[in-house]
Amino acid sequence: MDKKKMNPASKKAFMNYGLVAVFFVVFQVLLSTKNISSSLAGQLVPMVAYMIMAVSLNLVVGISGELSLGHAGFMSVGAFSAVILEAALTSGMDPSSFNKNTGLKIAVLVAAVVCGAIMAAIAGFLIGIPVLRLKGDYLAIVTLAFGEIIKNLLYCLYVYIDDSGLHFSLDPSSVTGTTVLNGPMGALGVKKISSFAAGIVLLFIILIVIQNLVNSRSGRAIMAIRDNRIAAEASGLHITKYKLMAFVTSAACAGTAGALYALNYSTIVPKKFDFNTSILVLVFVVLGGIGNMTGSLIAAAILTVLPELLRQFQDYRMLVYAIVLILVMLLTNNKKFKDLISNLFKKKKAGEEVQK
Amino acid sequence: MSRDTEKRSGIVEVSGKTIVPERDKDRPLVLEAMHLGIDFGGLTAVDEFNIGVGATEIMGLIGPNGAGKTTVFNLLTKVYQPTRGTILLNGKDTQGMTPASVNEAGIARTFQNIRLFDKLTVEENVKIGLHNHIGYGMFTGMFRLPKYFKEEKKAHEKALELLDIFDMAGEADVRADSLPYGAQRRLEIVRALATGPKILLLDEPAAGMNPSETEELMKNIEKIRDRFGIAVMLIEHDMKLVMGICETIAVLNFGKIIAKGTPSEIQNDPGVIEAYLGTKKEG
Ligand SMILES: Nc1ncnc2c1ncn2[C@@H]1O[C@H](COP(=O)(O)OP(=O)(O)O)[C@@H](O)[C@H]1O
Ligand SMILES: [Mg+2]
Repeated sequence: MDKKKMNPASKKAFMNYGLVAVFFVVFQVLLSTKNISSSLAGQLVPMVAYMIMAVSLNLVVGISGELSLGHAGFMSVGAFSAVILEAALTSGMDPSSFNKNTGLKIAVLVAAVVCGAIMAAIAGFLIGIPVLRLKGDYLAIVTLAFGEIIKNLLYCLYVYIDDSGLHFSLDPSSVTGTTVLNGPMGALGVKKISSFAAGIVLLFIILIVIQNLVNSRSGRAIMAIRDNRIAAEASGLHITKYKLMAFVTSAACAGTAGALYALNYSTIVPKKFDFNTSILVLVFVVLGGIGNMTGSLIAAAILTVLPELLRQFQDYRMLVYAIVLILVMLLTNNKKFKDLISNLFKKKKAGEEVQK
Repeated sequence: MSRDTEKRSGIVEVSGKTIVPERDKDRPLVLEAMHLGIDFGGLTAVDEFNIGVGATEIMGLIGPNGAGKTTVFNLLTKVYQPTRGTILLNGKDTQGMTPASVNEAGIARTFQNIRLFDKLTVEENVKIGLHNHIGYGMFTGMFRLPKYFKEEKKAHEKALELLDIFDMAGEADVRADSLPYGAQRRLEIVRALATGPKILLLDEPAAGMNPSETEELMKNIEKIRDRFGIAVMLIEHDMKLVMGICETIAVLNFGKIIAKGTPSEIQNDPGVIEAYLGTKKEG
C-alpha cells in the first residue's frame, strides 16, 4: 500500500503488527541462543495469551465503551472447551508417537483453539442478547456474575473418557476411565501442544481481525454508538446489533487466549480464571490507554513477565512493581509525553519535506 | 423581500387545512401528523399537533422557548413514543417504528444541542450517515475482501461530495469535536443528509452562527432542497432565516399550533404577535 495515502488508523494498525513481529524476533533469538531463564521462557505463552486478552477486552472497553468485569470467564470457557476437545481427539493415541507427529499436533491445536473460540463466542452471545438491549451499565454486573458462575460450574463438572466415549457428569463417584476434568482440581493430563510461535500466529490473526473490524463500516458504527447513542440511532444504526458484534468478537478472542493458555500446561484449575484475572486484564487495558491497542499489548507484555523478572529483588518486588505500573501509565497515557513523541516525529517529517 | 415573491410559486390548499407550495400540490404529502400529542406525567407537552408537509416544501416551526418544538421532532423521529395521534411518512403509518427504522424510512434530523460522534473524524461522521448505503458486512470488513476496498472508496467519494456542499471537504480528517461551533452544526446537517432522507428536520440550525454564516446556511438549505428534491422542516429563532426561506410556517405555543400560514400571514397574525413576536423577540 502507498504509505502517503495511509490514514492514521491503518498506520497505527501496521505499527502494532511491526511491534508484535519485533517482539517475536527478540524472544525467538533469546530462546535459540539460550539467553533466557527457563522461568521466563515458561512465561512466554501466558504473556502472549494475556496480550490477546488485553486487546480483546479493549475492543469492549475502549471501542464499544462497555465495561466487562468477567472477561476471564470467556477465557475459562475457551480453555476448558479446548482441553476437553484435545482429550477427546487424542484419547487412545500413543503419547510418544503423538509428541513426534508435529502435523497432528498442529491440527489438534487448531481444532482446540477454534472450539474454544466458538464456545466462548456462544457464551458471549447468550449474555449479550438480553443485556446489550438495555440502556446503561448492566454489562459490568452481569459479566461479573458470569465469571463467577462459570468458575463454580466448573467446580462441579467431571469429564471422563471410557470405552464408550466422552462423558460429562456432576457426580464425582461416577468417574471411570481417564479423567479429563476433575471438578475443583481442574483439567489433568493436558498435552502441552501450544507454543510461543503458535501464540504469536494467533495474536497476529486476532490483531488483524480486531483492527480491521475497528477500521471498517461495522467498527465505525460501534464507535459512533459509543460516542453518541441517540445520534447513532437517528442515523439509522441498530444499536444492539453492533454492541453485540463487538462483545461476541471480543469473547471469541478471549476464548482463543484461554485455549492457548490452557494447552501450555499439563494441569489447569478453574480458579486460574477468576475475578482477579478479569481485573488484571482490565488493568492492562486501563494502563495501556483505553482504546489504545498498542498500549494494551505493551502493558500486558511487561506486566505479565514483570513478577518473574523481579524475582531477584525479593523483598522489593512489590515496590518495583508499583513503580513500573506508574511508569507504564505515564508512558501510555501522559499527554505531555505523547506530544513530545509526536513532536519528534513531526520534526523529522518536516525535515524530509524541506529536503524535497 | 423581492426574493421570496419571485421564488415562491404560491401556496395552495390541499385536503382541508393543509397548505403546500403549488409545485407539490399533485404529489402526496411526505409527512403528515394527525392529532399528535404527548404527556410527560401530568404535563401535556404537545397536543393536537396537525401538519402536512409537501414533498419539496421548506416549513418553519417557530414558537417561544419551551413551546414543545423539539418535542415535536422527538415524536416524529420516535425518540419519544407519542401518547396519542398518528404520523404518516409517505402515507405509511410509522407506528411501532424505532428511531433507527424511522430514519431508514426517510426522516433525518439534527439536534438542538449538537450530537456528533466526537472522537470520529468529520469524514467518519458522514460515513455513519452513509452507513446503510455501504454494501458490505462484518466479515468482509474483518478480512478486507475486495468489496471492502470498493465500497469504502465509494463511501469516501460520496462523503467528500456531501461535505463539499458546505465547503468542508478540506476538514475531512479533522476530529469532529475540534471543529468550531458553526462547522459542527453544518456537519450535523451533512450527516443527516447522508442517510438519504425524504424529509430533513433541522433543530435550530443557525444557533450560534454569525450573520454571514446564517446567510450562507440559508442558501445551502435551499440548495439542498433543490438538489436532493427533499422537504425540510426547521425550528429556528432567527426570524430573518425563517421568513427568508420558509414557504409555510407553523407557530407553536404551550404545545399547541396557534397559527399556520405563509410568512406574511404569520407576520400579520394578531395571535402570533401577541404570543410570540409581540412579547420578547426570542421567548
Ligand atoms: N423528557 C421530558 N420529560 C419531561 N418533560 C419534558 C421532556 N422533554 C421535554 N419536556 C418538556 O416539554 C416542554 C417543551 O420542551 P421543548 O420541546 O424542548 O421546547 P422547545 O420548543 O424550546 O424546543 C418543556 O416544558 C419541557 O420541560
Ligand atoms: Mg428546542
